[in-house]
Amino acid sequence: MGGRARVNQEGHALSGLEQKPSATPAPAEWAYAPAPESRDIVRLEDRYGLFIGGKWVEPSQTYTTISPATEEPLADVAQATPEEVAKAVAAARNAFENGWSSSAPSERSKYLFRIARILQERSREFAVLESLNGGKPIKESRDVDLPLAAAHFFYYAGWADKLEYAFPNRRPRPVGVAGQIIPWNFPLLMLAWKIAPALAAGNTVVLKPAETTPLTALLFCDVLRQAELPPGVVNIVTGDGSTGAALVTAEVDKVAFTGSTEVGKAIQRELAGTGKKLTLELGGKAANIVFDDAALDQSVEGIVNGIYFNQGHVCCAGSRLLVQESIYEPLVGKLKRRLETLRVGDPLDKNTDVGAINSRMQLEKIQELVEAGKQEGAEIYQPPCRLPEKGYWFAPTVFTNVAQSYRIAQEEIFGPVLSVLTFRTPEEAVEKANNTPYGLSAGVWTEKGSRILWMAERLRAGVVWANTFNRFDPTSPFGGYKESGFGREGGLHGLEPYLTFDGAESWGG
Amino acid sequence: MTRLPVKKTYKLFIGGAFPRSESGRTYEAEGQNVALASRKDVRDAVQAARGAYPKWASTTAYNRGQILYRLAEMVEARTAEFAELATGKKEVAQAVDRIVWYAGWADKLAQVIGSSNPVAGPYFNFTIPEPTGVVGVLAPDEPPLLGLVTRLAPVLVGGNAAVVVASETRPLAAIELAEALATSDVPGGVVNILTGRREELAPVLASHMDVNAIDLAGADGLAPELERVAAENVKRIVHGGSGQSLWEISAFLELKTVWHPIGQ
Repeated sequence: MGGRARVNQEGHALSGLEQKPSATPAPAEWAYAPAPESRDIVRLEDRYGLFIGGKWVEPSQTYTTISPATEEPLADVAQATPEEVAKAVAAARNAFENGWSSSAPSERSKYLFRIARILQERSREFAVLESLNGGKPIKESRDVDLPLAAAHFFYYAGWADKLEYAFPNRRPRPVGVAGQIIPWNFPLLMLAWKIAPALAAGNTVVLKPAETTPLTALLFCDVLRQAELPPGVVNIVTGDGSTGAALVTAEVDKVAFTGSTEVGKAIQRELAGTGKKLTLELGGKAANIVFDDAALDQSVEGIVNGIYFNQGHVCCAGSRLLVQESIYEPLVGKLKRRLETLRVGDPLDKNTDVGAINSRMQLEKIQELVEAGKQEGAEIYQPPCRLPEKGYWFAPTVFTNVAQSYRIAQEEIFGPVLSVLTFRTPEEAVEKANNTPYGLSAGVWTEKGSRILWMAERLRAGVVWANTFNRFDPTSPFGGYKESGFGREGGLHGLEPYLTFDGAESWGG
Repeated sequence: MTRLPVKKTYKLFIGGAFPRSESGRTYEAEGQNVALASRKDVRDAVQAARGAYPKWASTTAYNRGQILYRLAEMVEARTAEFAELATGKKEVAQAVDRIVWYAGWADKLAQVIGSSNPVAGPYFNFTIPEPTGVVGVLAPDEPPLLGLVTRLAPVLVGGNAAVVVASETRPLAAIELAEALATSDVPGGVVNILTGRREELAPVLASHMDVNAIDLAGADGLAPELERVAAENVKRIVHGGSGQSLWEISAFLELKTVWHPIGQ
């Protein structure tokens, strides 16, 4: 988590400036010299095929992937058809049956260690590419995505030959071929969350990256080559939703999906009666709850990190701020001033706090919901900031005067948009926080340890952060309650979805 | 002269009470008139379960174990009645033993399923199991008592509330169990038992937006369609086994991970 610490350090320095008496307002323009990270470290191909059976396979169709910050075309990538997906699944099946599942667990372990190491060594290259293709600030891809992705492989590498200790008396065995579909918000990190536990458990994989962010997954194939992973153990097929749909219905034994609740439900429906194992990591509408005894400046940093980190493209983002009434004025005042210091712009600039919105489609969705918020009567605040002319951008936004029934308080926006609500008592905070079909995460800010645990007990969410937010670790299980999905990723619990166990006894056993 | 026995009226078990079906319907099973529950009865039962759930979920693990152990005592004491409605005394004994086995898990779940996680940072990070909420249980047709107990006990010990659709062909043991439940310390509404047509009731339960998980042990051919409608609120789908294991319990549990700060 060294990565997070750096982000926080930076945030902390800014909060120092922001603590000046309000008589000295933050200047409208910060004089930063541009500090762009060099793109030279990344060598892109013009065209990428499908990675099937350890080889690049020429695709039948392609589409162009772009940089959302500039709309500049980066490369042509495969739009995999159902037939091509079936080939990838066949390659994974072949690898599973002819070697991988019966290979010595200690050897699987070492392959994963190799992958982790190579990712660490090539992390700058991956970070730059991640920011280029996805629009996230280099500061985040460099300090969060890459260190965490490598750490995830490192963590599960050690599990591969220790599964019987994780599940004593259950004789854990791999499931078979896992079909994995990942989102565009943390492309490489989500790949790591999916592939590392699957391989550690002895499965083989067909992974589909998100339509808008295929490039780091394609570069990852080169890591697999360097690691000399046997062909077919990991296959990567790029494409849009139709490719994902083809993967779900292909001859896979397990489906793991991270993405929207809407698509998650469709997948669950599709798999009904098939007996395929399924894990879903879906949307959220997390409450970030600030009590009147909380350290205000620290909370402001946490609120900012909770909703503006990665442009708010975070399933567990703290998109609903619940403020205890007595501190509403000072907290919202500080928050607005802090927003003025956020630098929105070039994802590859090391000073950038908020990068580009991932796609035009996502930008339109954010715009639509923000418009709905205004229509319904919420009060909008956006700091003065100049957005680049090309690319997809949205200024950090705060809505006050929000009622629980407003769409901006109910629906996942998946953008840099915060809705502020208030509460008086801890009971009311719990009631409001839980008043959503989602249940992925929640945040609590208070100096009182007993209250943290009291709140944590009552919040119906899979992850509860206290005096912090959006913090991840490979040892820490992550996943949702209710319509945020089921199954856990990370930790010992993250192995279970990729294993089968001995059957139950008969009646009366 | 032989005495004319006083026969029992078999009713539903909802919210700790024994109502007739709001529809007024009955059907004949095992030579008795049994309530034929309606869709409305399912919704009432879910509401009762949701109401009873928070208190049951926050009952201390020790007390939940005690209450379930007490339930085993109540069933054992009614062995003769249950034996007539089930396949015999052996099945009753197995059902009692199964409840006792699960009762003992109440205060051990968190220790075996939970974890503390060594994260890189100044946080005490721990993962604990919690009940998923309201669980729909489609009890298998056979064996009438052990089948039901095998599916119900793991739901209860984890702190969930249940809405059970009893065996359609042999529902009497389920109603008898409801009477044992009513006289035990299991709070009213924690277990609700419906008798009637599975084909009519199961889809309502499986698609109900306030049910968090559904156990399809007794779904028979309905399973694929029930799984499909269960997706509407991302229900946890459990294909319950016939044995006893910790994993039958964990299927009805959520995992919560807490990042608690460490500082001076």
